[in-house]
This record gives sequence, C-alpha cells and structure tokens, in this order.
Amino acid sequence: MERLLALANPARFNALVDRLFWPLVGATVLAFGYGLYGAFFTAPPDYQQGETIRIMYIHVPAAWLAMFVYAGMCASAFGTLVFRHPMADVAQKAAAPLGAGFTLLCLVTGSFWGRPMWGTWWEWDARLTSVLILFLIYLGIIALWRAVDEPGRAGRAVSILTLVGGVNLPIIKFSVDWWYTLHQPASVFRMGGPTIHPAMLTPLFVMGLAFLLLYLVLLITRMRTELMERRAERLTILAASRQGG
Amino acid sequence: MRAITALLIREITLARRIGAGAGLGLMFFLILITLVPFAIGADQRLIGTLAPAILWLGALLATLLGLDRLLQADEDEGALDAMLMSETPLILLLLVKAVAHWLVTGLPLSLAAPLLGVMLALDPAVMLPLALSLLIGTPALTFIGLIGAALSVSLKRGGLLLSILTLPSAIPTLIFGVGVVKAAEAGREIATPLMLLAGTSLLALAIAPLAAAAAIRLARE
Repeated sequence: MERLLALANPARFNALVDRLFWPLVGATVLAFGYGLYGAFFTAPPDYQQGETIRIMYIHVPAAWLAMFVYAGMCASAFGTLVFRHPMADVAQKAAAPLGAGFTLLCLVTGSFWGRPMWGTWWEWDARLTSVLILFLIYLGIIALWRAVDEPGRAGRAVSILTLVGGVNLPIIKFSVDWWYTLHQPASVFRMGGPTIHPAMLTPLFVMGLAFLLLYLVLLITRMRTELMERRAERLTILAASRQGG
Repeated sequence: MRAITALLIREITLARRIGAGAGLGLMFFLILITLVPFAIGADQRLIGTLAPAILWLGALLATLLGLDRLLQADEDEGALDAMLMSETPLILLLLVKAVAHWLVTGLPLSLAAPLLGVMLALDPAVMLPLALSLLIGTPALTFIGLIGAALSVSLKRGGLLLSILTLPSAIPTLIFGVGVVKAAEAGREIATPLMLLAGTSLLALAIAPLAAAAAIRLARE
C-alpha cells in the first residue's frame, strides 16, 4: 500500500516507468515473436476447422484482455473514489480506449472466424452480443471522459459510471444468456474437436502473455502522455494568468 | 417526511404545468406507434408479432425523453443546491424525484400500452401480461436513467450522452420485459420472468439513488 501511495507523485511514477519501459518492450517483442511463430508454424491445424483455427491465437487473447482491462478500470475507479489516488485517475483514462480497442479486435477477428466456420459474419449469439455490449459500455465511458473538461471531475464521474457498469456487466451477461436460450438458435454452433491439445494451448498462452505485455506498454505510454498533457495545460494556464495579471 | 411530500407534490405539479412529463411522453409513445405501420407495412400479422417489442422499445425511448431535464432544470435554477444543503439526505430526495418521474411517465405509459396494443393487433390474451411487465419494468428504466442524468447534469450537451450511458444498462430490463410477454404468448407461466424483472427494478432502486447522489456530490468538489 505504501509503495502504491508513493507512486502518487508523478515524478516518482515517471522514474519507475522509465526504468521499466524498454525491458517491457523487449519482453513484448519476444513474446509476440515466439507466440506468433508458434501460432502460425508449429501449432497443428484443427482437424475440423483446418487452418482457420489460427485466428483463435489473436481472437481469444483479445477477448481475455477486453475483460481484464475492464476489471483493471474498476480497480482504478475504486482507487480514484476511495483513495483519491491521482495515478488511478490517469490509468483509467489511459486504459479505456485500449480496452475498447481489444474488444473491437475481438469482435472483428470473431467475425472473420465466423464467416468460414458458421457461414455468417454476424450472429446474435449470446457471447457475441455480450461482447458487443461491453464495447458499447467502453464507448460510453470514453464519451463521458471527453464530455467533461476538467480532468479531476471527469475522473470521478467516470469512476461511478465504470463501477455501475461493473455491477451491470454480470447481469447483462446473464440476461443475454437467458434471452439466447429463449430464442431457439437456427443451428447449434460448437467448437469442433476435443479439449485443446497442449501443442495449441502453449502458443495460446504465450499470445495471451504477449497481449498483456503489449497492453502494459501501451498503458504506460498513454499514462505518460496524459501526465505531460496535463502539465502542459497547467503551464499554459499559468502563463496566460501571468500575462493577464 | 414533510420535505419528501412537498418535493413529490412539486415535481408532479411541475410536470403537469410545464407539460414535459405525462402528456408529452404519452404523445411521443402514440406517435412512435403510428410510425410503425409506415415502416413495416400494413401487414396485421407481422405487426401483431412485433407488437410487444415495439411497445417495450417505445416505453424505453419515451422514458429517456424527459430524463435530461430531470436534474438539469433543478441545476439551472439552483434547486439542486438547495437539495444538497437540505437536512433530508440527498439520496432520499433523488429517490423521490425518480418516483415522481415514474408517476408521470412510466405509469401512464404502462396504462396506455394495452390500448395501443389493440392498435398494433396484439393478442388479447397477452394484454394483461404486457401491461404488468411495463408496470414492473419501467421503474428500472427511470432509476437507471437517474444515474445517467446525475452524471451528465453539469454538461452542456448532456442529452445525447445520457442515452449513450443509459441504454446499455437497460438491456436486461428489456430482455426480461419482453420475456414476460413471450412467455405469456407461448402459454408458459409468467411468474419467473416477472420476478426477474422485479429483481432488476429492485436492484436499480437500491443502486441508482446512491450512485446518483455520489455523482452529484463529486461533481461539485
């Protein structure tokens, strides 16, 4: 906890991040190299889905991250409201577009995968619909960030929205599942084949790790940019008030 | 207690005199229903099938209509500041405002729905379940909207943002609400979807005033 509080000072945060940045970039590149090589060359094609199974190595980690980022935003929202941690506020703002990006990636790759496998770009399947709603909630959060000018006030408003969304997401997921079982589907889709073989599972986990590292690198970069932007804005206001006074 | 009654009477009087509440919401609902045959053709059977969905969507949009003024008007004239300083907790006052909003929008909509259902060739057997589902479900829409209204109260263009923030959260209510009608149509018992719908409303009732009060307080720091 004390460590976390020490990071409330932007200078300390920057110092830590400066040390972590390049090792993280290196680890990301390595993980992507290994993961992509595994996904495209060493992993066997699925006996039912053939080569299209390789979409999974992008699609599934993107779905993991889509949910992980939201969980992280909920934690940051809690940090903003309860501990008033200034970095939590910055982290939230930096994370929202990244989460929306991963969710969109998940939806788009899912669509590409669905075309050859299900014969349709889009299906009102319970899981697809839930992810789409998650994407809409991300967009709402980004819209609220943009609507409020003052960053502190925006942060507190968004925190409430994020937490309300966090309470709502399981309910939405549950209700969408319920809705889906109400409507009999035209055909039953099931992931072909038995449980995943280690030859596929290893690259999948490596890709998951690569996505996580990529998220951290992007998050740190965005947080640093946000800090600099806020500082630049303060300096502009200060300069303007000096000129006026 | 006196403050609560006074606020409730004020809200309903305001809605009646300005006409932003009951009358306008109902009119919007009616116009929406009138537009439907133009959009999907005068096929009675098709309209009848879509009727529950149309009525629920109409109720959802009509509820949204008045929400952007729910707190904005009080903010503009300073009544919200008076509420913040009042001895009665803000949570309670917001709850009263939401109840008043429901009394002038959700309640008339629910009562008018069966009548409009006749125009939409709705199966007479499901009229009662439909009205019941709207009666139990629309409070959830108002309460969810209260959070959106509180978050966008100090914004210049809050209206559009409000719908973007509110509508995704209204999805479970819509699903369970239409579920009640679908169950009645299929001849199944409607108690289960009705209870789920009531659960959504109660949860929204528990969370919304709390979140809205926090949003208003934090925006003023």
